[in-house]
Amino acid sequence: MITAGVDIGSRSIELVLVENDKILEQQRLETSFDYLSQVTDMLAEVNGFERLLVTGYGRHLISGELGCDHVTEIKAHSRGVHFLLPETRTILDIGGQDTKTIALDGNGRVLRFEMNDRCAAGTGRFLEVMSQALGCRVIDLGGLALSGADSLTISSMCTVFAETEVVALRAKGTNAADVALALVNSVVQRAVTMLRRIGLKGDVGFCGGVARNRAVVQGLAGAVGLKVHVPENPDFTGALGAALLAGEN
Amino acid sequence: MTSKYNEMWQKLDLDISAHAGLLSVLGRFYNDIYLSQQNRLQGMEYLDFVLSEVHGLRIRELQEARSAGRRIIGTFCVFVPEELILAADAVCVGLCAGAEAGFEEAERYLPRNTCALIKSFFGFRLAGLCPFTNSCDLVIGETTCDGKKKAYELFNEFTPTYVMEVPQSKRESARKLFKSEIKRLVAALEELTGNRISAAKLAGAIRLVNRRRKALQRLNRLREAVPSPISGRDALLINQVAFYDDPSRFTASMETLGDELEKRVAEGTGIVSPGTKRLLLSGCPMAVPNWKLPFVVEGAGAVIVGEESCIGERHTRDPVSEEGDTLEEMIDHLTDRYLRIDCACFTPNHERLDHITELARRLKADGVIHYNLQFCQPYAIEASKVERKLAAADIPMLRIETDYSMQDIGPLKTRVEAFVETLNF
Repeated sequence: MITAGVDIGSRSIELVLVENDKILEQQRLETSFDYLSQVTDMLAEVNGFERLLVTGYGRHLISGELGCDHVTEIKAHSRGVHFLLPETRTILDIGGQDTKTIALDGNGRVLRFEMNDRCAAGTGRFLEVMSQALGCRVIDLGGLALSGADSLTISSMCTVFAETEVVALRAKGTNAADVALALVNSVVQRAVTMLRRIGLKGDVGFCGGVARNRAVVQGLAGAVGLKVHVPENPDFTGALGAALLAGEN
Repeated sequence: MTSKYNEMWQKLDLDISAHAGLLSVLGRFYNDIYLSQQNRLQGMEYLDFVLSEVHGLRIRELQEARSAGRRIIGTFCVFVPEELILAADAVCVGLCAGAEAGFEEAERYLPRNTCALIKSFFGFRLAGLCPFTNSCDLVIGETTCDGKKKAYELFNEFTPTYVMEVPQSKRESARKLFKSEIKRLVAALEELTGNRISAAKLAGAIRLVNRRRKALQRLNRLREAVPSPISGRDALLINQVAFYDDPSRFTASMETLGDELEKRVAEGTGIVSPGTKRLLLSGCPMAVPNWKLPFVVEGAGAVIVGEESCIGERHTRDPVSEEGDTLEEMIDHLTDRYLRIDCACFTPNHERLDHITELARRLKADGVIHYNLQFCQPYAIEASKVERKLAAADIPMLRIETDYSMQDIGPLKTRVEAFVETLNF
């Protein structure tokens, strides 16, 4: 049976098709205001799925409009990461606007989780705004940070205030790579606090778009003294998990 | 609500158009959160009626009482002994403060990072939105947190406010202090009303309030049944209305509702299916019309079976002893009863941890949602102890910190739904 999972996040939408535990297809779009049309169009282009399960920030609207079931991102990411990295007991997901940490048992069952509160501090959106202030693309921020020296601290976690700090540092002529590293460190610090709150166990499975940032991955491994595993496509674990769960219901 | 009360509201100095706006928002909320429920109890019609007339008929009753020479006294906390107010032949209304109203006005006096409840009672008063506050001859505050304590000093500039000192421990010296505070309140009430609080009057008031506690405790007990016979939203509403409705009439209605619930439980019919996850809410009070979290929780397919909160268990759990004939004995009983309240303002506060665990077990709760209003330090900090205590008893807990705004509804839904998912495995 072919099943589909769609993860409607605040910054991007992912679609994954699965058959017999094999990924058949994956697609990704930037979330627009009218995400219902985006999802409808995406689904119209892929054929042959029997079941659909949606997750993410937009799950309620899509589930109501399309008449399908929904699960939370917590459950979807847990299923996706457990499928890709079965040994994982601790998950960190840093997406567009939230950060989540999840503790799993050996069967992939969610034991505990933490989610950031309403502000986007330390999330993908934070790094997007900061890379603009630094004048680089968000995908290049990790590489830039890795070439920086650990000499600065960004004290504001608030996106608005941190941007002001970055602009002030730039005006002083500070090395952009050092600022990038300081920003990465602040994201890492926040994630570590949330990881410790659920109780770190074993290696960390890191998913969500921010897991593509190599500097964050490296900083995290150093900070917790554990291995950090990133799946090949870390922004698709939610949609993958939803597709897998669709076949299991 | 029609405008037949406009004249009364004008006399009470309300901002008529802002108030009309508030009522229409409330009406929509009530419709979505309450009237849309299926299979509701017949006895809830009384609550629907009371709510629909919350700023109308009940306010008219207060004006009539006032014309007949009775004083209207507002309170914000379960520490203020209602029995004394009733024994002085005054009317007691628990003021609500559960909506984001008048916050801009409130923030002219209060720091932005003040809890929503304090901002709300200021906001309602300053924006001319609360006919209850504006009907009060006196508001009795208390010192249960620093925010309220200091806010009452400012509030006194708008409405006469008397502050009762609540101790922070339960040692003998604290008991002495609280007893002296009760006596000071007796004198203040006698002076305000011109009525003497006699032993006979106080005994009658104690019996009246106890009867209401008993009726509400009976409802709470009936929620031990699986499936639960009443939604958490309805139960919260009952606990909220208990603070401002006429106590005799309200109690009689709740006794009737209790009979209906008992019948439902005997028939095994519930408001939800038997497998529905059962949750206990614990923490800060949810004042009218703060229905946000219960709406999210029950929207996520769970049912709330108890409220470990001042608008819930802490208000109704302990009766006042009805023994003794002298005023002094009764004041001792009141002191003992009110000092049994396990508010997070006390240190230490072990009793609360035991109560939550006991309540969760008795109600067969699958989990506990600990709710604290943002910037409410006592409950926010105590949450860590609650979490550990519940973990030791193998009861899952979710911590929620929020306020009255609707901005965080999305993330709240995700958290609560994910919590319910973990219970469903």
